[in-house]
Formats: sequence, C-alpha cells, structure tokens
Amino acid sequence: MTTPITPASASAGSLVDKTEHGQGDHIAGSRSKRGKPRVDPVYYLFLLPTLILFTLAITLPAILGIFYSFTNFIGFGDWELVGFTNYIAVFSDPAILSSYAFTFGFAIVTVILVNVIAFLLAVALTSRIRLKTPLRAVFVIPMVISGIVIAFVFKFLFSNSVPAFGSAAGIGWLSESILANENLAWLAVVIVTTWQSIPGALLIYIAGLLSIPGEVYEAADIDGASAWVRLRSVTLPLVAGYVLINVILGFKNYLNAYDVIVGLTNGGPGTSTRSIAMTIFTGFTGGDYAYQMANATIFFIIAVIISILQLRLTRGRAALS
Amino acid sequence: MTQESTKPLAPATGSSPKTTGSTSRRKRGKVGQETTNWPVMIILFLCSLTVLLPLYVTISMSMKSTKQAVDGNAFSLPAPFDFSGFAEAWELTNFPVTFTISVLVTIGSVVGAVLLSALASYAIVRNWEHRLFRYSFFYLLAAMFLPFPVVALPQIQLTGLVGLANPVGVTILHIMFQLSFSILLFTAFLRSIPLELEESARIDGATTWQTFWQLIFPLLAPMSATVAIFAFLASWNDFMMPSLIIADASQQTIPVVQNIFQTQFSTNYNVSFASYLMAMAPAIIVYLFTQRWVMEGVTQGAVKG
Repeated sequence: MTTPITPASASAGSLVDKTEHGQGDHIAGSRSKRGKPRVDPVYYLFLLPTLILFTLAITLPAILGIFYSFTNFIGFGDWELVGFTNYIAVFSDPAILSSYAFTFGFAIVTVILVNVIAFLLAVALTSRIRLKTPLRAVFVIPMVISGIVIAFVFKFLFSNSVPAFGSAAGIGWLSESILANENLAWLAVVIVTTWQSIPGALLIYIAGLLSIPGEVYEAADIDGASAWVRLRSVTLPLVAGYVLINVILGFKNYLNAYDVIVGLTNGGPGTSTRSIAMTIFTGFTGGDYAYQMANATIFFIIAVIISILQLRLTRGRAALS
Repeated sequence: MTQESTKPLAPATGSSPKTTGSTSRRKRGKVGQETTNWPVMIILFLCSLTVLLPLYVTISMSMKSTKQAVDGNAFSLPAPFDFSGFAEAWELTNFPVTFTISVLVTIGSVVGAVLLSALASYAIVRNWEHRLFRYSFFYLLAAMFLPFPVVALPQIQLTGLVGLANPVGVTILHIMFQLSFSILLFTAFLRSIPLELEESARIDGATTWQTFWQLIFPLLAPMSATVAIFAFLASWNDFMMPSLIIADASQQTIPVVQNIFQTQFSTNYNVSFASYLMAMAPAIIVYLFTQRWVMEGVTQGAVKG
C-alpha cells in the first residue's frame, strides 16, 4: 500500500503516452475536437462488463445494506425508517461490544506475534545458511491451507495432545483443553491465526531485507558493530516501511476473523471468542438484519479509517515503491 | 511507480532459486568465502517443525485404523496402515460431487479474475486521460477497503432473490472480491510495457482487440500467473462466502463440507483427518509447482497495494 499510483504521478506519466498515442491516432485520423484521442469503442467493451458486474455485486449491496441499517427490516416483509435507533442500540449492546473487544484484542496480540516471529524468521532465512529454498518453501505452506481445515486439525491437538502433555508435565491449566476454558480459548485462536499468517509477513520481510544494500552492513562491520547493534540500528530502521505494511495489512485481515474461529471454538465457550464478523452474520438467521447492518456499517467505517491511516502513513516512503 | 517499483522486488524473487547458499550481495563483502551459520540452521529446522508437525499429524491420523485413532494420540505412527478412512470420508462427504463443485468454482474464479481484470486494466491504462477510465480505476480499487462481512447480509439477500444462492453466485462474488488486487497488479505491469511495441502493431493495421489478444495478453503472462494463483488460493480455501451464500448444503464446497460433517465424523478421527487431507492436498500440490508466483505475488501485492 505504499503509493498506490497517485493520481499526480500516474497522469504525469500518461501525458507522455497521450502525445505519443495522439500521433499514432493522427495517422488513423481519429481525433476528437478537444484534442484528446478518441476512445476506441472496444475499450468500453473491455471495461464496462466488469464495471457493471462490480456495481451489481458489491456497490449495490453495500448501499442497500447501509440504507437498511436505518430501518427496522428483519430480512423479509415490511419495514419503516427508524433513523439512528439501530446505531444507538448497537453502542449499548453488550454482545456486540464484547465481540469488538475480543476481535481488537485478538488482532493486536496476533499482529505483534506474527510480526516478531516473521521478522526473526526472515533474518534467519536471509543469513548464511544452506537449503534456503526448501526451508523457505516449508515456511510458506501454512498460507495455502484452508483456515477452517487447519483449525480442525489444531482443535484435535488442543483437545487431545496438549492436555495429555499438560497432565504429564503436571501443569494444571494445560491439562484440560484450553478450547473449553472461557479465559484461554482466545489464545488458541491467536495461535492458529498466527501459524497461518506468518508466511505472508515473512515473504514481505524477506523482500525488505534483500533490498538493503550490502555496503550498509560493510560500513557497520568496519565500525565494529555487534550482531545485535546491527539488527537494531541498521536492519530495523531500513525495513521500517515493511513493518508498517505488515502491521496494517495484518491488522485489517485479523479484524475479519471468521474461518479459524468457526473451526476451533465456533465463538465459544459462551460468546468469549465471538468475532465481529460472527455477530454480523447472526443478523441473517436471527431476524435482526437491520440491526446487524448498523453494526456492519460501523465496522465498515472503522475499516475505512484504518485504510486512510495506512495511506497516510505509507505515502512518501519512496524506498518501497 | 512502474519500472522503479519492480526493481527492488527483483532480488527477493530472483534470488530464491539461484543464490541458494552462495553469494547474496551482503555476504560477499563480509566473509569472502561461504561459511554456514549452523546455530541458525538448527533453530530454523526446529521452527519448521511447527509447520511440519500439524501436517504429519494430518497424514498419519488419516492412515490409522478407527480403533487406533480413537486413542487420541496424535504423534504415533499408524500401525497397521489402514486406508479405510479415505473410503469412508469419500462416501460420507460425497467427495466426487463436492470436489467437482469446488473445482468448478475455483476454475471459474481464476479464469474470471484473470480475464476481467486484464481487460479492464488494459482499457484503464491506455485511456488514463479519459475521466471514465481513470475514475473506474479508483472505483474498482476501493473494494480493497471493503471487508466481506460488511456486504455479506445484503449479498445473501440479493443472491437469494436472483437465483444465485448457489456455486455460480459464489464464483461471481469470488471474482469480484479478487478484482482490486488483480487490477492493481495488472495496471502496474501494463504501465511498464513500452508503448512503441503496440504502436508498431497498430501501424501494421492491428485493431485494439487484436493488439490485446495477440500482443498484450501474452506479455502479461507472468502477472496472470500471479493473479491466477491468488485467485485459486482465495477461492479453493474460502469458507466464509460459500457457507453463507450457497443455500443447498448438497452443493457446498470442500471447506464448508468439512464443517457440515464435523458432528458425523465424531470420534472417527481417521475419517475426519482423511477428509481434511483430501481438502488440503490440492492446494499444497498446486503451491509446490507454483511457489515462485506465490512468493512474487505476496511481495508485489504488498509493496504495490
């Protein structure tokens, strides 16, 4: 998300295209009055189907959903406008507030864990080692496995192997399944999500580390910097942009948590691991469609704020783009 | 953004197959000769166990007999090897049908994502000075800020209304949610293709249609591979969307079926793990053959997106 083709730079680039393209078109004698080359109708054929489908499949539902959040629609039948009633109710609904608390807490812990582990792994995988390619390939595997399927595998481990180990080692709280423990179940969600999310962050860190010129390290070596000082004062500042990308991209993903939770705990025990997405989906069967659309709209606003923050923070990091 | 942006990435991807264990720029200056950092290697091997152990458990559990699997010992080797779990899982989940549906949804999503976003990207990049195309770009990209849960409820409602509460509806939605990322990659790549190439084709009398299919689309191949592999992973592994959109449980995709049959697997762990393995295997196999594009895609998607 560094500089996603800022309008300024992109149109500056296309100015050149325009003049060149203009000449090309001039040969064919097709220029509109304003001097812009006329658009070949085929281009509309290329773009419009996608544009129309996208509008029908995504924009229309989004607008419809936001509209319904101001009504008392229950998913079918009659409805009337109720203003901000749903929004006010959402803010005082303990079930929804606790799902936000859980999801944000989970996302923050996961983001920290994923980034610390992925960064250290990336440093290790770019150091002087053998078997780099096979090792890297192994560490990327979790990324290609379905979240719910791996969650089922871990569920088995958490309810059989971990308690067996816990009681053998005499650790009280580990001798029972942490999935059944209201205070610990979130930890299982964090562990599996971390397991699955490390590859993405890892690959980005590896790219970041490989973009640091070797001379920088030579200079550090001449100054007699220790490995730790090198990591902290040379490597980390130089990959700061990549850290930022990973933290924000990851955080946004974890806020959508669903698959892994369904597989591990299905929101339980009680509602202790119910995520925002899970509460929203209850609107489909629970008869409070409009109410959960208000929840979804708030969630959307949060997602937009995070995205704007991301664009602000990453803009101008030329080193990355 | 275009040419500059691809360069810093080149070492990351280019180095993976070739510079294994030899000269990466950094080391050359430092050690002159290659010395392997064995402590780091040992730590890496230990860490890789966290990835390999769950996979080992899946494979070994799936090959146990029901009698052995029920003891819940995840790490024991199968004794004797018993493949009846696969047969049972195959029957229970109606695997041939489920698999076919998953494959069709995935193929549809991949082909749709590549074709629609390649065509749209080409139209956008070549007509950037026209407002419709320029604004379309930002419009289509805005979906990156839109999490699926936000539009899920109206989408369930609308797909139900128009008779798309089935795998076809899921395929369409998968394509739509893949557009932003794919268009971002394609437009960045297209901007780096010199225009002269196309102009000579046009002077020879090629229409836009011919130019695209005969010149541009083949040039896009490496980017299409990246877009395709990501569309594949997103579609094949998706649980959230099919579970909500597809109304008829007998038309569900593989990940959703794992959830539906949880209670029926009960403590027949060999059956459930055989079923998990059959769900994972295709993605892992495809990954092993396409690693390069997976790795490139992550880096480029993050750095450009």
